[in-house]
Amino acid sequence: MREVSTKRIIAEVRDSAIRANYELGEDVVRAFQDALEYEESPVARDILGQLMENAAIAREERTPICQDTGVAVIFVELGQEVSIVGGDLKSALEEGIRQGYEDGFLRKSVCHPFSRQNTGDNTPIIVHFDVVPGDKLKIWVVPKGGGSENMSQLFMLPPSAGWAGIREKVIDTMEKAGPNPCPPTIVGVGIGGNFEQSALMAKKALLRPLGTKNQDLELAKLEEELLTEINRTGIGPQGLGGRVTSLAVHILMMPCHIASLPLAVNVQCHASRHLEIVL
Amino acid sequence: MNDVFHLETPLSGEDVASLKSGDRVTISGVLYTARDAAHRRLVELIEAGKELPIPVKDQIIYYVGPSPAPPGKVIGAAGPTTSYRMDPYAPRLLELGLKGMIGKGRRSQEVKEAMIKHKAVYMAAIGGAGALMARAIKEVRVVAYDELGPEAIRELKVEKLPVVVVNDIYGNDLYVEGQKQYRIA
Repeated sequence: MREVSTKRIIAEVRDSAIRANYELGEDVVRAFQDALEYEESPVARDILGQLMENAAIAREERTPICQDTGVAVIFVELGQEVSIVGGDLKSALEEGIRQGYEDGFLRKSVCHPFSRQNTGDNTPIIVHFDVVPGDKLKIWVVPKGGGSENMSQLFMLPPSAGWAGIREKVIDTMEKAGPNPCPPTIVGVGIGGNFEQSALMAKKALLRPLGTKNQDLELAKLEEELLTEINRTGIGPQGLGGRVTSLAVHILMMPCHIASLPLAVNVQCHASRHLEIVL
Repeated sequence: MNDVFHLETPLSGEDVASLKSGDRVTISGVLYTARDAAHRRLVELIEAGKELPIPVKDQIIYYVGPSPAPPGKVIGAAGPTTSYRMDPYAPRLLELGLKGMIGKGRRSQEVKEAMIKHKAVYMAAIGGAGALMARAIKEVRVVAYDELGPEAIRELKVEKLPVVVVNDIYGNDLYVEGQKQYRIA
């Protein structure tokens, strides 16, 4: 067994929470730049420029890109030959987030559902564990904002709905979201599995870097089709009208029950933040 | 593109009447922050007939929950939050003479009607550009509900905060007009 200490996990998660919030991914900045190639609206072009300026200021001044530094979502792939020493893994992840949000001056955005009292340290975290072959521990730190999460939807479609039904629901979700989720957005789509699995796939789909193609050629084609349709709505950056409503659509798919066609749409704002740690 | 106008707070009836949907505006002066929990409390006070912790008449409320100020700065990132969550409360504040709201995203029909009736405007700031927006904020003072953390009501002194007028007092809506212009049927 290969040993990984909780001390190291805490330090890495802490740093990643801070870095993810200060440094917008190069892939997103490149996507803004590419969007300028085909955005026609002068107001929208102005906005894309300001988003690039914002990313540069945040990186330089060590300030969050967006004040909504999110709920801390964490994906874990634990190699089955890894042994965690010095404490338990979940507590270590939570401690890393607690320290990162405090030390990095990140906003604590977690509260009681009814009283709305803030928990004060951005915990509890939302964590998804997966056990895989090998001796590596992979952790993705994904701060997820509330504005875009609120526009996300899940549908349990009848199998007869097929691709046409899926397409209609995805476009409808983005039309209804309009300016609310801070377009230009990235759209994570989970197809198949079951109720919770479709939602998990939709979120996981967002981790794929922008500008990369889906390895499944059929899905790659469907992603293009959805993106074109979404961008025909004219919603545009910040919903003020324009060609670039979404930067990308990413799909993950798996088989499902013979009675079902689950579909989840997870909307991601342009401040798409995620960092991968390999230990 | 429309010219950029400049506004000083508090707003006059003339200021508000001069604004049209699509205008780009910079704002200087005092703004008050309030989002979900603060709105709930303000409306509870109004319903109980009690005094509010901030002046509302002729003022602008900015829907924002900033990230904490690091050493040497007055505020962290400070972009707008989504406005529809304040829709159930906004008409009560408009009745009291609130003249402006800054946020992002569409408003309800009820709020739009209240804006026409009480002569107030809704303006959008760029969502997700919190580091950029913070540059316009020069002073910050918590005036109420400190225990709400990011949701506390703050008085912000701003210089040339950039916004776009979405809903004017004439019933125009930039979200509807802007999208219509670029929609491909």
